Amino acid sequence: MARTATAPGAPTTRAGKMALEVDDRLIVAGPLRRTLNKVFPDHWSFLLGEIAMYAFIVLLLSGTYLTFFFDPSLREVTYEGSYDALRGVQMSAAYDSALDLSFDVRGGLFMRQVHHWAALLFVAAIVVHLLRIFFTGAFRRPRETNWLIGVGLLVLALLEGFSGYSLPDDLLSGTGLRIMSAIILAIPVVGTWVHWAVFGGDYVGELILGRLYIAHVLLIPAILLGLIALHLLILVKQKHTQFPGPGRTEHNVVGNRLFPTFAGKAGGLFFIVFGVIAALAGLVQINPIWLWGPYNPAQVSAASQPDWYIMFLDGSTRLFPAWDINLPGNYQIPALFWPTVVLPGIIFTLLALYPMIERKLTGDTASHHLLQRPRDVPVRTSLGAMALTFYIVLLLSGGNDVIADKFMISLNAMTWAGRIGMIILPPIVYVLTYRICLGLQKHDREVLEHGIETGVIRRLPHGEFIEVHQPLGPVDEHGHGQLAYGGAPVPKRMNQIGGARRAIRGFFTPIESPAAVELEQRREEHGLANAESRELTTSGRPSEGGRPSEGGRPSEGGKPQEPRD
Amino acid sequence: MSTTNPQSDARPDDGPQRARLRRLRPAQGTPAAAARSRRLSKARRRVANVAGLMAALVLTGALYSTIAPAQAEEAEAAGGEAYEAGREIYENSCITCHGENLEGVETRGPSLIGVGGAAVYFQVHTGRMPLVRQAEQGPDKPVVFSEEEIDQLVTYVQANGGGPAVPGGDLREGDLALGGELFRLNCASCHNFVGEGGALSSGKYAPDLHDADDLEIYTAMLSGPENMPVFGDNQLTPEEKRSIINYIQTIKEMPDPGGAGIGRIGPVGEGVVIWVVGISALMFGIFWMGTKA
Repeated sequence: MARTATAPGAPTTRAGKMALEVDDRLIVAGPLRRTLNKVFPDHWSFLLGEIAMYAFIVLLLSGTYLTFFFDPSLREVTYEGSYDALRGVQMSAAYDSALDLSFDVRGGLFMRQVHHWAALLFVAAIVVHLLRIFFTGAFRRPRETNWLIGVGLLVLALLEGFSGYSLPDDLLSGTGLRIMSAIILAIPVVGTWVHWAVFGGDYVGELILGRLYIAHVLLIPAILLGLIALHLLILVKQKHTQFPGPGRTEHNVVGNRLFPTFAGKAGGLFFIVFGVIAALAGLVQINPIWLWGPYNPAQVSAASQPDWYIMFLDGSTRLFPAWDINLPGNYQIPALFWPTVVLPGIIFTLLALYPMIERKLTGDTASHHLLQRPRDVPVRTSLGAMALTFYIVLLLSGGNDVIADKFMISLNAMTWAGRIGMIILPPIVYVLTYRICLGLQKHDREVLEHGIETGVIRRLPHGEFIEVHQPLGPVDEHGHGQLAYGGAPVPKRMNQIGGARRAIRGFFTPIESPAAVELEQRREEHGLANAESRELTTSGRPSEGGRPSEGGRPSEGGKPQEPRD
Repeated sequence: MSTTNPQSDARPDDGPQRARLRRLRPAQGTPAAAARSRRLSKARRRVANVAGLMAALVLTGALYSTIAPAQAEEAEAAGGEAYEAGREIYENSCITCHGENLEGVETRGPSLIGVGGAAVYFQVHTGRMPLVRQAEQGPDKPVVFSEEEIDQLVTYVQANGGGPAVPGGDLREGDLALGGELFRLNCASCHNFVGEGGALSSGKYAPDLHDADDLEIYTAMLSGPENMPVFGDNQLTPEEKRSIINYIQTIKEMPDPGGAGIGRIGPVGEGVVIWVVGISALMFGIFWMGTKA
């Protein structure tokens, strides 16, 4: 056997020798070295997706614990557990075991609450992550595939959440399942057949919980896990995007290596996420199924809502007028079909295809690895804000009875406010966002051209008052700055360029004394000289083949440019 | 948006229908009566008349014997101290809207004849009456009268026309689990799973049951105030009513084993918490990590 690694540097320690034995057989050193050296940008917004991933890990762990005790069966049993107010009541074995989990299994209620809070957090983190990707243009070529996978993950997360919500067979989840059954029945032509396939007969039957259970604990999580792995693999392969800034180009990634810095941060974040979930689960009650009671089709409660991530569909259903379409021959397309099947179909199709749509409309087919500030792409930002407004109106309308009740508003007024708001608010938000983006762009250009407002007012000999501006870089003969906008944040306060004493370090409490900082700064040169010696906006250099689209270039005199998309 | 007001809808429909019936009856009735009189002889008619008269007299006597004691009792109450005190309160505080003789005043307040003491107890004890102003619904507010004054008012209204009376005894004497089933079946659709209340149409609402005491819940079921249906003793037996009250009060007093109850309104409150608390805390966390770069 050829000992290829007996060269200089051969391991001498026991652990080293063992590692060598492993590497001899599996050849992992090279790939592992490459992976550990992967660089992650250190901007906070890159951690949003990670929150979702850690919530998913918590979901897998807590969910596994729950499966030890949960019985997804619709068999009728009589409750004999320790919760007084339901003892002797007929219920399904599923609800019975969920009650036992809550009251008679050690740690069961806490685990249930961990699982449920983690589920709400999982979808919420996905949505926030999606917004970050959208508004910074991170989905552009070559990352369309990962965008599609992400949208797929979102839809699967909604399905996973809904199936979990339906499992305990309490009055709330049964009501939700009844609505789902009605939605399936509302699909023209195939509705009845699909319903038969899903429920194995009429609602509710005896099969549905078993089927939902397998979907919830096996099928959907397996697909989610596979897609998350693929999502991450593609991310590693394509490398991270990054915000423009000093030293950052289309061809590098500035940040920390996976090991040790980023691994430490990611580990820390996992514990923060886990801590927040555990704190919520320990301190705040979620889905108290014992209060809802067992499912009985004859019963329904006021304020029956789905979890927040499905609530926008409940809202669309509440807002949509009761327009049943009666066709000849005793056929009908129920009004329910439009807000619950057609609308989400349109929403998610548009969402999934957005990168392609934008590519088509802008004609920008180049590869992009530098992100855009939302203000620099006003049309996309405004479209996003518009869509978000539409979504939020639907979301609020999903709880409009609770809002009406708590704030003493007429429910009818809430419904009409939703109907009108859904149509007129998005365009208003579009225009407002567009103007805000342009305003921010103009202000960036203004600071680059004239400098930072110092707040110092000077009176000239002839009586005129002027405010003194601090230029950010060299100026031409008219005193105008010559720096081009590079897509990175422009400093707008004097202390951002060292005009004032720098901020005292420390997030919760100061970790250094102000006096020491003052002494330290006295030793440094400060003011204009210091500011000039710093490199403030250096990204997007055309010499490096920077982004083709936005921002004034030095060749154009740093003038603000009309947005091209 | 269609708000149905049963009263306003019913009147225009009823009028013409009744008029049509009146027109039809004589047209069909007259020939039939004439034919019958031709068939019957005078003697037979006389016998029938006497028999009818006798039957009517017997019936009246029987009815009198059952009703008389009740009237005697009412008359007794009518002269009593509580009755007089109740009348005084009524004439000071209620007469404007409910009329001199409890007959009601159009556009102001309904007649109180026959509503019973239960309705008075509920409305006054929850502070709904006296009403501040005409609105979709009278809100509950701090009670105006003392317990004694309420009892006097109850006596006064009960004595004028009777109706469901205020019950006595332990109103929580019932089966807890049965009460839960009945509550979810009859009450939850408006008052929510655990009596947190809910919105109804056009600014009306089912109030939460936080402050409701046993007797208020019982009398509400008996009298059906505002939009609430009446749950008479034929719909829910007194024992079932007591079970429901037992359930409501037990659930209300029960601590939340899972932590803060966040209003016990389910997914809406939970959604608010995950965004306002969960996501905010984590954003704070990642900002913090960002500053450690």
